[in-house]
Amino acid sequence: MSDILVSEQSAAGASGRPAGRLLEVDDLRVEFRTRDGVAKVINGVTYHVDAGETLAVLGESGSGKSVTAQTIMGILDTPPGFVTGGQARFHGKDMLTMSFEERRRIRGEGIAMIFQDALSALNPVFTVGFQIAEQFRIRRGMSRSDAKKRAIEMLDQVKIPNAKGRFSNYPHQFSGGMRQRAMIAMSLALDPEVLIADEPTTALDVTVQAQIMDLLAELQRERQMGMILITHDLGVVADVADRIAVMYAGRIVEEADVYDLYAKPAHPYTLGLLNSIPRLDEKGQELRTIKGLPPNLMNIPPGCPFNPRCPMAQPVCREKLPPLLQIGAGRASACHFAEELVNRD
Amino acid sequence: MTENILEVRDLVKHYPIHRGVVFKKTIGHVKAVDGVSFELRQGETLGVVGESGCGKSTLARVLMNLEKPTGGSVHYKGQDISKLSGGGLRRLRRQIQLVMQDPYTSLNPRMTVGDLIGEPFEIHPEVAPKGSRRGKVKELLDLVGLNPEHINRYPHQFSGGQRQRIGIARALALRPEIIVCDEPVSALDVSIQAQVMNLLEKLQAEFGLAYVFIAHDLSVVRHLSDRVAVMYLGKIVEIGTEDEIYERPTHPYTQALLSAVPVPDPTVREHKAIIRLTGDVPSPANPPSGCRFRTRCWKAQEVCAREVPLLQIRSGSDHPSACHFAEKREIVATHEAA
Repeated sequence: MSDILVSEQSAAGASGRPAGRLLEVDDLRVEFRTRDGVAKVINGVTYHVDAGETLAVLGESGSGKSVTAQTIMGILDTPPGFVTGGQARFHGKDMLTMSFEERRRIRGEGIAMIFQDALSALNPVFTVGFQIAEQFRIRRGMSRSDAKKRAIEMLDQVKIPNAKGRFSNYPHQFSGGMRQRAMIAMSLALDPEVLIADEPTTALDVTVQAQIMDLLAELQRERQMGMILITHDLGVVADVADRIAVMYAGRIVEEADVYDLYAKPAHPYTLGLLNSIPRLDEKGQELRTIKGLPPNLMNIPPGCPFNPRCPMAQPVCREKLPPLLQIGAGRASACHFAEELVNRD
Repeated sequence: MTENILEVRDLVKHYPIHRGVVFKKTIGHVKAVDGVSFELRQGETLGVVGESGCGKSTLARVLMNLEKPTGGSVHYKGQDISKLSGGGLRRLRRQIQLVMQDPYTSLNPRMTVGDLIGEPFEIHPEVAPKGSRRGKVKELLDLVGLNPEHINRYPHQFSGGQRQRIGIARALALRPEIIVCDEPVSALDVSIQAQVMNLLEKLQAEFGLAYVFIAHDLSVVRHLSDRVAVMYLGKIVEIGTEDEIYERPTHPYTQALLSAVPVPDPTVREHKAIIRLTGDVPSPANPPSGCRFRTRCWKAQEVCAREVPLLQIRSGSDHPSACHFAEKREIVATHEAA
């Protein structure tokens, strides 16, 4: 996968990138240097997002999905987090080597992010309206009253009832779902080309979750935004994603179109995840689990990091790290036995 | 099935809302649980589902007698548990145990695993005499799939899933008949969640435990439960067998809840009919008159504001539902394997 990206790059330069390719993460590596040792959190992540598409980054806690997003946004806590390699290119330009000012211009207008916990992402001492309007005043140089008008429009767009009245409310006066809407309004205020949504509905109830996912899908369609949806929820992914990248121990282990991935997973980890969802026709039976625990990132096992938990593991898996290789149109897997997995009955 | 071991009748728990510092005045009540009735049979799992603020956790606390109910009663084998105190209450606690949601805050970080799991024996020395306790704790560790050698470790040396196993071992220590599980797997990752669910099922089969399984994840509840109660704003809106609730729901709230569950299968996304609920759950301090769901319900009529619908079996349905206009509706809830 990454080989192909690189050859496209070197052959034609930045202008030769496929049209609409907005964001490319290329062999990104991040480590956390702590008192107890060095945790290798991201170990060569490569993915891209095009205009109008939704890439779901799926993984369990500690898989590095959020740290990748933080690195792209430039909000990685340093120390302890350090980028040790790779690139994150926006319109072909590496953001990791940009000046602070250049990078700041991309945030909000180029790439915006929404977080899981809206209450801690919003500033409690300013009104919700002020926090949205602030962006128009600083970045667009609007007057106070124009900015307020635009902010109310934004609140209205994310379907907050009585947007005008709600403008001067504080975050604590909003319910959980409304706060999430307010944060979406804030992140979309400057019309970003890419939206990174980090577990946007995990803290919400199912009925509210459905409302928020709908809203995001609608806004994305209208604006032809590229979206990176970071989640651990296989249900949400099946509903909205176009493509999926599955992460494990700081690496992408599988990348595929959403239909292919659910129909024929090409990595034993993906298969294990899909199998551990309770299914209707298996009630009363034991759930098929993935044995063991995710690896300690300070001490990742040699070879394939999934090998201690993998039911298919062979001697080669303990010795050689399988690279993420293309196995079909738009599909890649980092498993020595990906072909066998896809081709079985 | 067999006899009822827990009978809950018209259970009410209201929390007063105070205003003022020196002269405290009660200005209202949060009606966390407001008239809940159900029974739990020996060896069965009753799932309780509902969104945040519907009173599921308060229900757990009242069932455990951690809170005194404002009204109504909980009978364990004919005995009203809220009237018990002292020795009687202590004996009851042996029979009903709790597994909590957050495996990070529910274990004392300064106690070793051995102390945590052995603590119930200090309070109930009749279960295990002093000399045999370590052996018993090791047995329990083995039972829940942890290494008995780790008896001297501290909670921070374990992962989330392992900690939840410690919590389960602790609840099992006194060989209770009922375990109230309050969101036992919601803090865990998918792959670990399945491991803990398997463990709960195994233990139930082995010891004939009855579970009250409180969760917001409908597919988890479906997998484990024999019967399911759906709660909304302090009331049970529908109760029935797993099949009745998931295949033939009659209450609009249950239908909306089921339709909103994301199905882990991309091929159904086009022909899935999601019932869109507008707005948020009203405040339990000031619930709507009549039917509490009427402010978000697409079927609401004038009668819904006037009359509280009773939880009863209505024509055209086989299980109790608290809706004036209860009727069946097809919902795709959980998918079947291809």
